[in-house]
Amino acid sequence: MTLWTAVLIASAICVVFKALGYLIPPKVLEAPRVARIADLLTVALLAALVAVQTLGAGQSLHLDARVPALLVGAGLLLLRAPFIVVVVAAALTAAALRYVGWAT
Amino acid sequence: MKETVGDETVDVRRAWRDSIGVVVATSTYGVSFGALAVASGLGVWQTCVLSLVMFTGGSQFAFVGIIGAGGLAAAPSAIASAALLGVRNIAYGMRMSPVIGRGAPRRLSAAHFTIDESTAVSLARFTARGRTIGFWATGVGIYLGWNLSTLVGALLGDVLGDPRAYGFDAAAAAAFLALLWPRLRSRQPIAVGVAAAVVATALTPVLMPGVPVLVAALVAIVVGWGNWLGRQTPEEPS
Repeated sequence: MTLWTAVLIASAICVVFKALGYLIPPKVLEAPRVARIADLLTVALLAALVAVQTLGAGQSLHLDARVPALLVGAGLLLLRAPFIVVVVAAALTAAALRYVGWAT
Repeated sequence: MKETVGDETVDVRRAWRDSIGVVVATSTYGVSFGALAVASGLGVWQTCVLSLVMFTGGSQFAFVGIIGAGGLAAAPSAIASAALLGVRNIAYGMRMSPVIGRGAPRRLSAAHFTIDESTAVSLARFTARGRTIGFWATGVGIYLGWNLSTLVGALLGDVLGDPRAYGFDAAAAAAFLALLWPRLRSRQPIAVGVAAAVVATALTPVLMPGVPVLVAALVAIVVGWGNWLGRQTPEEPS
């Protein structure tokens, strides 16, 4: 598989999902179990991505500048900072810690 | 002026105001997506195609995050993660369907603009016109802003060099956390989030990059199926 193929397949699936919502009769969503799993699926995937993106390095775990950077991001989220502020502050934290050599 | 007409005017004004705020905020972080995507090994055009065609932020970030961690070998996991994160758009489409109304061309284009933000701004309004304007103004506005800022970010990322020196890897983690944050409002999603993070971390050393994230998604299915730690809804047979 080339990267282009992967980009196009993933994009096509997401486009089809969006269209599906307008084709499925709304009754399906009234089933509480379906609605609940759809909501929790998003939570589980995002939480797993936070963990892997913070601690993972290929197929191993690394504690590095990403951990304090994420904590700074979490602190800002607690203070209700907007998305872009959180992301930029985390990036700057990691970049600064690496620049001064306090973390890898 | 009748009171109902006044209500509609206020509602429509709120719809426009909310749309503009959300469009500006969302468009700015398209820059971080563009830069991250290029840092993960995607080309500028591939990055732009994701924003033009996939056009759903969570899935886009997941796709490039997993490619960045595992390279081309992780492509199947990257596709699966992007797809699973796109599942919520099915639910959004079902909720937006009555707001959008009839006609195939209108419904087809509405489908493309169906994302977290357009659905949220629309459904926060209470008149039909407010909801319609909220949806289209937010959806189309973000589409334009997001694609423009993706291109800027991708070109910027291309000239910057080593992404770690700029903390792009930490930015990706923070982006996922910021997307997750508003969903952690009650005990059940918090428990699912913590469990999924633990599962994904524990499995990272033993499975291919990308796969731990997919396995962690099972937590949602198990907890959601049994409705553990959730509120009991009266209409549900137990």
